[in-house]
Amino acid sequence: MAASALRVQEVRKSFAVPDAPGTMRLVLDSISFSVAAAELVSLIGPSGCGKSTLLRLIAGLDFPDAGKLLVGEEKILGPKAERGLVFQDPNLFPWLTVRRNIEAGLVARGVLQEKRTEVDEFMRLVGLEAFANSYPHHLSGGMAQRVALARALINHPKVLLLDEPLGALDAFTRMRMQDEVLRLWENRRTTMLLVTHDIDEAIYMSDRILIITPAPGRIDRKIDIELMRPRDRTSESFLRLRSEILEHLDLAGKTTANASA
Amino acid sequence: MKPVAGTNAVGLTNNQSTLSWLMQLAVPVATLIAFGVHLLFAKNAPPLETHSYILLFWEILGVSIVLAIAQTFWAGLRQWMRHMWPIFTAAILLLGVWDAITLGFHLLPLPYFPGPAAVLRSLISDRALLLDSTWHSLVLLLSGYTLGVIVGLISGVCIGWSSSVRYWGMPLLKVVGPIPATAWIPFSMVVAPSAIVSAAGLIALAVWFPVTMLTASGVSNTRASYLDVARTLGAGRAYLIFRVAIPAAVPNIFIGLFMGLGASFLTLVVAETVGVKSGLGWYVSWAQGWAEYGKVFAALVIMAAFFSTIMTLLFKLRDRVLVWQKGMIKW
Repeated sequence: MAASALRVQEVRKSFAVPDAPGTMRLVLDSISFSVAAAELVSLIGPSGCGKSTLLRLIAGLDFPDAGKLLVGEEKILGPKAERGLVFQDPNLFPWLTVRRNIEAGLVARGVLQEKRTEVDEFMRLVGLEAFANSYPHHLSGGMAQRVALARALINHPKVLLLDEPLGALDAFTRMRMQDEVLRLWENRRTTMLLVTHDIDEAIYMSDRILIITPAPGRIDRKIDIELMRPRDRTSESFLRLRSEILEHLDLAGKTTANASA
Repeated sequence: MKPVAGTNAVGLTNNQSTLSWLMQLAVPVATLIAFGVHLLFAKNAPPLETHSYILLFWEILGVSIVLAIAQTFWAGLRQWMRHMWPIFTAAILLLGVWDAITLGFHLLPLPYFPGPAAVLRSLISDRALLLDSTWHSLVLLLSGYTLGVIVGLISGVCIGWSSSVRYWGMPLLKVVGPIPATAWIPFSMVVAPSAIVSAAGLIALAVWFPVTMLTASGVSNTRASYLDVARTLGAGRAYLIFRVAIPAAVPNIFIGLFMGLGASFLTLVVAETVGVKSGLGWYVSWAQGWAEYGKVFAALVIMAAFFSTIMTLLFKLRDRVLVWQKGMIKW
């Protein structure tokens, strides 16, 4: 296995419960995994299992109560351009045109002058040259998310964190965008960590799937997906994986339901 | 971005190639009616007063006929006329009503309510002083407004961004801000070296409060996810403040600018009435002192044009700066 691009070791995180002051709720408990360079790993689990919290910890927007997070050999101490983040809502800056949105990372790092040619390259990469001067509110959901991807990728991040990036799209756009993300991944060889609650999406896209069970969030299982790409969503092996994961999630859901009852 | 089928005030669609006869004739006919009303009642007025008013009628009549002909081969003009003519017609008819109420039936006491002819005469005869007063008001207004906006933006961004500045600044803002700027007049006259400086300071104070309040709320309500995204893109504090929080607050800031502009008009007129010896506010009270109510009304007409022009310019600026919102919200 190649060197780990990202390592998460025994991470715990709890939050104060807003309705009951003084009490803390454990959201993530002893989470450990690593992601190899250029690997695409999915985190999948029911809502409220702490997937997004985990991604925020890796992005450096929040800090764990215990445990370690490392990119290469370096500890994560805060947000940095080497760890790009794309949310379900594209969160484009509405006051900037498509081009200026894609440039944002270069402006923020003060390197726009020397890297200006890359802006065109990335607009071509996501096929949005024609919309360079449009404002985000004129874009469709899929287009906006492509801008968000280009905006994150222009910084050449070591790790790209994707928090249900296709969750708000309709089924057709979603399937097209899955191929688009895969194309970007193959093209740039960026390490990607994808949070999703769509089992098909996880199987279709990832090298590996980590299943998280809720309350508190724990990594329950790691599944390597060894199907050849491009993958056939209707193949027998695909469907077998699908029912295996579904069964697993269903079972996990039932046990937690019983435990809390 | 879908094209909207426009309709005007009287419900006619905008894609007709000619203007209806009714529309073409509306302004000339209204002019003739108002003219008739005036001639009917002007017998009671001194002829010198009505001369320029009658001239104005002939001018409006002439221009409206020329435009009615020109629009047959100029589509842009036709579009504009279709939109504006109903309002113009109503305004001209209103002149007739005004004439009838004052000059005709003496429903309002003279000399407090002169007819339109007398007001027009005052406008023309006293134009030099009115122009000078307008100029002085403009200079005072702009200096006070600019100062208030600059200070307001700075304090608003500081209060909105930094929680420690907010802790100390917000109570001050909440307690001192709501006092109408004009209530500080006795105090400001003692402190300031001259009446002009005191007035500019009061206008600035009146503008400062709403601009600060709205800027602060806009900056502090910046969507957290915009800030998160910017931080993962490698943004430092300067980028977060100047390229995320402030642009996100601009719609709010403009509301503050509009509220501040309204407050500045009020403060300007009051300050000019009580302290400053120039400007339109001063002119109104001066003319009133001489019981020249034609001049009072003339100054009010100038104020209406002056203030609404400045307001329109601010709207134009807003449309330009907030072009990214176009189609997102109803203006």
